[in-house]
Amino acid sequence: MRSTVAALLAKELTLEWRTREAVPAMVLFSIATYVVFHFGLDRDRVVGDLAAGVLWVTLLFAAILGINRMFVAEHEQGGFDGFLLAPVDRTAMLIAKATTLFCFLCVVELVAVPAFALLLLGPPLTQALPQLVLVLLLTNVGIAVVGTLVAGLAIQTRARDLIVSLLALPLLVPVVLAATRAATPLLQDGGAGALPGNWMAILAIYDLLFALIAYAVFDFLLED
Amino acid sequence: MLTGAFALVFFYAPLDVDQGFVQKIFYVHVPMALVALVGFIVGGAFAVMHLRTRESKWDMRSYVAIHLSVILAVGVLVTGSIWARASWGHWWVWDEPMLVSFLIVFLLYATYWPLRFALEDKEKQARYASVFAVVAGAFVPLNFAAVRMAEQYIHPQTGATIAGGLPPKMALTFVVALAGMSLLFVTLCKYELASKHATYRLRALRRRLAGDDDELTLTGRSAAPQL
Repeated sequence: MRSTVAALLAKELTLEWRTREAVPAMVLFSIATYVVFHFGLDRDRVVGDLAAGVLWVTLLFAAILGINRMFVAEHEQGGFDGFLLAPVDRTAMLIAKATTLFCFLCVVELVAVPAFALLLLGPPLTQALPQLVLVLLLTNVGIAVVGTLVAGLAIQTRARDLIVSLLALPLLVPVVLAATRAATPLLQDGGAGALPGNWMAILAIYDLLFALIAYAVFDFLLED
Repeated sequence: MLTGAFALVFFYAPLDVDQGFVQKIFYVHVPMALVALVGFIVGGAFAVMHLRTRESKWDMRSYVAIHLSVILAVGVLVTGSIWARASWGHWWVWDEPMLVSFLIVFLLYATYWPLRFALEDKEKQARYASVFAVVAGAFVPLNFAAVRMAEQYIHPQTGATIAGGLPPKMALTFVVALAGMSLLFVTLCKYELASKHATYRLRALRRRLAGDDDELTLTGRSAAPQL
């Protein structure tokens, strides 16, 4: 099981390293979205709940770009058949894909969050960086799990991009909600407030429950 | 039953002190919302049965439950808006967990048909729709819990009122209305199932009469499950 996951993960990361298809697009998209927010809100700097909202909405939409690309190579090149023929547990695919998306999101945030601090954020980023990283990591887990599930659900359909957006947005509303509420005190002017524990708990529980649901149903998406 | 409930609503239940006549919409709105949510979860349970047994009848039941729940959900959103306009003065109130979470659930389930339509193969369609129904069914209570924590309460709390905040006459009317709405839901489910069976039988017989074996005599596009 572990070696299968490692092999799949290595394949995904090599593929992305060679093609550079998803991650650069996601990074560019998030920076473009900041510019759009700057003009849309007509603000030079954002603070507190507005900052949290802008950051997480941008990351969510960038993540949807990545989710759209997730199973495309498998679908078009017949990778699913190869995987199903191999005598391995199908859950390995779920874990590998979710981990890949998690890594993509982390890499995107390595660029997108400093860019956000540079372009829009009012208070300095350094004041609450460790807590912010914690919120980002929990959010990434949630987006990765839900995203893998949604991408698996939508890959065989004709209107793939449409279905992914329509499904992922409502399913990720609780994640965005909890993440923005948790991050709001971190991005206040005049020093970071304490990290609200109940929102972190909600994020963690949501991640855990959706991981279980995905584990339960993902096998059915791969039978063909 | 529902008629009886409506009779009780209009002639028996006392007028609310604060809200007056408008409060009567409570007896339609709340049972409808509860039945729709339970319907979504039941649809998810049927989908689990479908994934376990692979019998298309479970897919059909899940489809019908979700179908009717979405129709009820439209009714809930409309009556809820009317009630909100009357008692709070706005058609839509954002800091209201019930409204928001119901809207999110509704938006999610509205994707059920695009998903079904987008899959050609019937077997695959049924399987994917079931996976969707399971995920969405589990999402319903989760979403309510999350959104509920996010906002402070001004919604008239149904749970608390059933527990004892409601005067007995109102409580009786509410229970009758809830039972009536549930029975309506079950009846409609049975009716739609029967209608789908009949349509399918008719089509099969007609095909046999016409003597052609191909499946391409379907008229119109439908994403409903076939038996």
